[in-house]
Parts: sequence; C-alpha cells; structure tokens
Amino acid sequence: MKTFIKLIFFIILLINFGNSKLYAETSQKLLKTDWSFKSFFGKFDRASLQRGYQVYNEVCSSCHSVKYLSYRNLAEKGGPEFSEAEAKAIASNFEVIDGPNSTGEMFTRQARLSDKFVMPYANDEEAKSANGGAYPPDMSVLVKARKGGADYIYSILLGYEEAPSDVNLEEGVYYNKYMYGNKIKMSSPLSEGIVEYSDGTKATKEQMAQDVVSFLMWAAEPHLEQRHKFGFRVIIYLIILSVLVYFTMKKIWSRIESKV
Amino acid sequence: MSDHDYQPSSKLGKWFNDRLPLLTLSNHLREYPTPKNLNYWWTFGGILTFCLITQIVTGVILGMHYIAHSDLAFESVEHIMRDVNYGWLIRYVHANGASMFFLAVYIHIFRALYYGSYKSPREVIWIIGMIIYFLMMATAFMGYVLPWGQMSFWGATVITNLFSAIPFIGESITNWLWGGYSVGNPTLTRFFSLHYLLPFLILGLVILHIWALHVPGNNNPIGIEIKKPSKDTVPFHPYIVIKDLFALLLFLIVFAFFVFYAPNILGHADNYIEANPLVTPAHIVPEWYLLPFYAILRSVPDKLFGVIAMFASIFVLVILPWLDTSKVRSAIFRPIYKQFYWFLIADVIILGYMGAMPAEGTYLLIARIATVYYFVHFLIILPFLGFKEKTLEVPLSIVEPVLGGSPKQTSTKNNSNLRENL
Amino acid sequence: MSESDKKKHNRRDFIITASTAAGAVGVGAAAWPLIDQMNPDASVKALASTEVDVSAIEPGQSITVLWRGKPVFIKRRTEEEINSARSVDLKDLKHPERDEDRAKNPEWLVMLGVCTHLGCVPLTNKGDYNAWFCPCHGSHYDTSGRIRKGPAPTNLEVPKYVFVNSKTIKIG
Repeated sequence: MKTFIKLIFFIILLINFGNSKLYAETSQKLLKTDWSFKSFFGKFDRASLQRGYQVYNEVCSSCHSVKYLSYRNLAEKGGPEFSEAEAKAIASNFEVIDGPNSTGEMFTRQARLSDKFVMPYANDEEAKSANGGAYPPDMSVLVKARKGGADYIYSILLGYEEAPSDVNLEEGVYYNKYMYGNKIKMSSPLSEGIVEYSDGTKATKEQMAQDVVSFLMWAAEPHLEQRHKFGFRVIIYLIILSVLVYFTMKKIWSRIESKV
Repeated sequence: MSDHDYQPSSKLGKWFNDRLPLLTLSNHLREYPTPKNLNYWWTFGGILTFCLITQIVTGVILGMHYIAHSDLAFESVEHIMRDVNYGWLIRYVHANGASMFFLAVYIHIFRALYYGSYKSPREVIWIIGMIIYFLMMATAFMGYVLPWGQMSFWGATVITNLFSAIPFIGESITNWLWGGYSVGNPTLTRFFSLHYLLPFLILGLVILHIWALHVPGNNNPIGIEIKKPSKDTVPFHPYIVIKDLFALLLFLIVFAFFVFYAPNILGHADNYIEANPLVTPAHIVPEWYLLPFYAILRSVPDKLFGVIAMFASIFVLVILPWLDTSKVRSAIFRPIYKQFYWFLIADVIILGYMGAMPAEGTYLLIARIATVYYFVHFLIILPFLGFKEKTLEVPLSIVEPVLGGSPKQTSTKNNSNLRENL
Repeated sequence: MSESDKKKHNRRDFIITASTAAGAVGVGAAAWPLIDQMNPDASVKALASTEVDVSAIEPGQSITVLWRGKPVFIKRRTEEEINSARSVDLKDLKHPERDEDRAKNPEWLVMLGVCTHLGCVPLTNKGDYNAWFCPCHGSHYDTSGRIRKGPAPTNLEVPKYVFVNSKTIKIG
C-alpha cells in the first residue's frame, strides 16, 4: 500500500506542475459560474448552446471567425442539436464562394451543411485593418487557447470597467479587469438586451456570457460529452478488471507462497 | 531450466525451432528466473513497454491523418479532433501518453538509482537505458512541434537555438537544422520524419535493453546476487506477468483519468493558437518532463556553458556506474546514501518547479543552488560515499531470513514489504 | 481431492476465466477506435451530395462530373438511343434490368462511370453498342449502361439522384 501512496504523491505533484504552469501569471481571480459541462458526467445544456449560437451569430461573428466549425456540426449529437432542417436554414443565410463553374468563373451560392462557417474577413490583414490593428482571434479553439479556459472568457466578457484614474487609455483601447495588462482593444461586446432570445430567456449580460462561452466551449471541444461518457465507462471497466486481476494474481502467487 | 535443454513437444514445433529458435526464445521468456521479492517499482519496465507500443500505434494512426505542412498542420490536427472517427480519443491518448511515458520512465530511473541497478554487472543495461531516455526526449520534443501551435513554434526556435551556442559553426548548424533562416516548413517536415523514425530506434534499443537485462538477470530490492534458478526466483510467466499486468491496470486508470477528464492539463494553452512567427508567447516553457533540464540551462548565465551544463546533466547519468563507488547496491543497506537519494529527488523536483517559473530573482537563485547540488550529488557525494559509508549487513539470500531462526532487522523489514506487495 | 479443495479449485478457475474474458472484451473494445478511424470521416460523409447544372447539354452529348471522388456520367440520350435501350429483350442480358427503371426520365441517363469489373473508367461512345466501353479488360455496355459483353459482372451503377428543377440534377 505504501507504494500506492507514493505513486499518488507523484501524480499529485504532476498535476501541481500543470497547475503551477497554468496559473503562474493569473493574478486576478477569475469569475466563476456553474458550467454544466464540468465534472465527470458534465454535459452541455442544449438550450444554452442554441442561445450561445445566437449570441455568437448576432454579436461576435461580425469580427470573430470560427473557421474549424461546419454548419453540419450544429445538428450533430453532443452539440446544440438543432434539427437538420434548422441547421440547413441557418446555413442558407450565408453565402460562400464556389467554383469555378463550367465557364471558369467563381460564383456565390447559399452555404450548405458541409460548408465551414463563413468567416467575417477574407484574411488576417483585412481583419487587422478593420479593427485598428488588433486581430480578432479565431474562436474555434479559443477556450482551450487561454489559461483559465471558460472561466477566463466569461470573466473577460463581464470584466469591463471604468479605467482607474491613474490608467491612461489610448483611443480604441478599453479597460478590462481580467485582461493581461488590463488593456483590450475590443469594446464591451455585451449589453443588456442586445439579443432577443426566442425561448423567452431574459438576455442579461451574465446570461449571454454564460451562453456564448458554453457555445465556444462546445466549439473547442465538440466531443466533450462522448469523452465524458467513454471516460466513465473506461475507468469503471478498468477498476473491475483490476480487481479481477488482483484476485487472479493472489491465486497464482499462492501456489508458491505455500512452497516457500 | 537452461535454454539449451528446451525441446518443443510437437514434431512441427521441433522442425521449425531447429531452423528458427523462436520457441526457445519464448520458452526462455516464460521461464526466465526472476527474483521473487521484486516490488511494484519493478513493474514499470512492463508499463514502459506498453507505453512505447501505445505511442507507436496511436502515432502511426495519427500519421494517417496529419499533414506535415506549416499551412495545414494546425488545421489537420483540428480535423483529427473534430471529424476523424475517434480522432479526438487517439490524439489525446498520444498526447497524454507522452506524459505518462515520461512519468513511468522517471519512476523506472529513480528505482534504478535507489536499488543500485546500474552497478556492475548491469552497466550496459543502464547506458542503453540512458540512450533510450535521451532519444525519448528528442522524440517528445519533435512531436510537440508537429501541431504547429505557438508553443510548438517557439519551443522549436528556442531549443534549436541552443546549437547556436557552439562557437564558429553554431549559425551554420542552426540553419542546417532549420533548412532556412528560421523555423519554418522545412523544419516541420524533417521533424515529422524524425519523430516517426526515432520510436522505432527506441524499440530496437528496448530489445537490446531487455537482452542485456537477461544476461545477468534482474537486480532486486536487497540488491544481492542470487542463484538462478533457485528458491529465490520465480519463473517470469505467470508470476511476474500477472503482477506487471495488475500494475499496468492501475497505471491505466491514472492514464484514463488524464485522457478523459483532463486531457489538456499537462499541455500548454498557447499551443492551441496557431504558430505565428511575429509574436512570441509571454512565457515559454517546455513540457513538464523537460523542466529540470530547462532550469539547469537557464541557471547558467553564459549561453554556451548553459547548453554544456544541460547536456552534462544527462551525461553525468551515463557515467554513473563509475561515479558510484559503493560495492553495496541497494539503498536499503546504505543509510547515508538513502538520505542523499531523497535530497536528490527533492533537488530534481525543485529544479522542475524552477523551470516553470520565470528565470529571475529568487527563482533564479534557487535554481542555481539546485543545479550546483545536482552535480555535487553525482560528482562529489557519490564517489566519496562509496569509501566512507558504513553499510549495513547484507543477507545472503532472499528467502534466508524467512528460513533462518533470527532474521536481521533490515531484511525482515524488506521481507514484510515483500509480503505486502505480493 | 476433498470437497473444499475442489471448491477452491473451481473458484480459482472461475476468477482466471473471468479475468481473461473481461480482458478480451476490453482489448476488443479498445481495438475498435483504432480500426474505425480509417472509415470515411465526418467531413467526407458530409459531402454526400453534389448539384449539377445540365442545361447546356445537347441531345447525344454527355458530361462527366465528380461525386464522392468518382466520375458520374450524365448523358442526354437521343430518341434512337432510348429506343435501342428499351427494345432489348431482358433475356439477352447478363444482368437483367429494365431501362425504364434505370432512367426514370428517358432522356437523361445518370450513372457511375466506374466499370463494375475492376473500377476503371469506361470510354464514352465506344464499343460494340457505341455506348460505353471499358478499355482495361474489354467490357461493352449498351446505351442504358448495361453490361452486354466482357468480364464485368453487373450493369453500371445508377446513383441516387433527383431533378431539383428542369436544369439541375442533385446527385446523392
């Protein structure tokens, strides 16, 4: 048993290394909220993901792309689970450039389920020049690309404040409590009632932040639900098998224990 | 049973075995006399074999979907994560498998340090092991470059720039490594090629490692030479196989926890940002398993000597069998060495922690002290200790204290450990 | 062997058998993702359909389009070709299929341009029936794409398709 305790000690150490790395520079304590997708059985809240898509689409998508998502993902299991017809309808609101056609020309057509999400800018340079030199990052894996993950994005969305008097802000720069260096080039994107939820949920800032961050978490980790489900089964299986093998081992070693 | 006595029971088996003695080999592996008092620290050899095979299998699969091109690598990894059937599972197993591999190899190495497994006649096993370890680091480093995230790119830049410390030819060497004037697409494709190749070299060395092990046989917790086969040994199959299997399952539970519930905790968030040659992340750190060496590198103020110190810290392990002058293997009978052993563990952990911290102020000071101590341990303490240390009395056989009327204190302790472990 | 020894023995056998069986199940389950990863992935499956503008095709002409990585022949048949396809006695066919079933709209024949023998692409307006001829091993197809002569076992396959409107065909 002593060996196991030592082993566990090592593992804890290992995790601490991970954590110390992750949080080494986060001085500001992040805002916390209840994420349905945390914990061993964590799942996404479908309605929240659907609302989150709405927030993304109406608020974020004018500057931020999610280039690794396809419209078909909206109807896939473990995601917002729009019906296929709804996802098709969403896709048909966007135009993509296809071609060349038989006469060699590019043409625009309605997006289909198999198309990737349409990006707001043709390339990084256009994105930068349209946003005062700041590049609005692609949000496909944004949650995984930031220390603190979902909590961090949530905190940023709700962390806009009046700048303290000793902080001097240039034109087009805003004060955010949770941003590294407290300066951010994105103005506060959310305001009370900026979207109108079709399911009657009140669009408070906190609600919208929670919904859109859930959506982004799903965008970054679309197989999260399957992963949690598998993980539970795999670990239960391994525990059962370990117990069986433990007794097998006892039996086998008992053959020589008696001889010694 | 001696290998030469073995005769297959069937006629066909005999015919085949006379031409290619695979059956003799398999019989040797089954009958291989193993000390019966091996504790769970000895199961990590089997666990490491499992890790290597898992990495190769998942790696070959990822290679079917991954595109080694600086414009497409990041996207192809996302393709694996999103679209490929079970791609997310295979990639997370591979990525966390690297960490698990290093966790196991560190336990394996520190087990050898504790029980003196590197001492005569096992020096060659140890040196091959160190080469494997070095190749593992190279493989892991190049593998980390492949997703072409920010940490991939800047990690590659920093590590390849180590070679620029070499006087006169440094710059030519870095340009040669990069295939250009900075880390770029040629670097990525050659890293992919080598990342694919090295594991097979490691596999070959593992076979040599086991071969070299089977010549003198296993060391054991009390570190004495034993007669083989004898009452002190058990055949490898089924006794050791089942025990290794049990330990492997426990290890897999930990592994599964990381893969399914914390797949990114050992990685770095910045690596989910696509490589950008114009912006360096605020804080570049290698993967956790390289942190102690990174700390040694940074604690030397001179560029060239920093690199030399880092490589020396590995080389000092290679010559360890000749640095440790003690005739007694196991730390169980070396009360003073045992203390220093735990100091060394603490030292390496401190170095690892400092490697993750910014190299300034107190952190740097601590890292420097820890670096000095690391070398002092191997270059001064170990050689002297062999002459000065008064070791405890070593038993003559593993089973002797059980059979004898009045067991010695130390061996009883060892024996209760043994019982507990069985 | 005493009764209790026997019981003990049975239990040992049981535990070993149970462990082995449970282990085998686990290995099997773990193997599946490693195998399934080679199957068409989600992005490939999503490209199941393609739309083709056929308004520019004159009677007697055919075009070849790519669908799921395979060529698809879209032929606008002449009266003569339709008649010759429809007048064949089914008994003469190696793989009996009515032309009415293969081409719902008699003027348009849509089929995979993949020889059912070993997957080559047949040539158009060639062979004994002046329809399709596979150069690899000499299979002759008639104006309905049915195998008439040569080693191919079945007719050229007709994929699922619909006329979205009079000008556009959606394949898949």
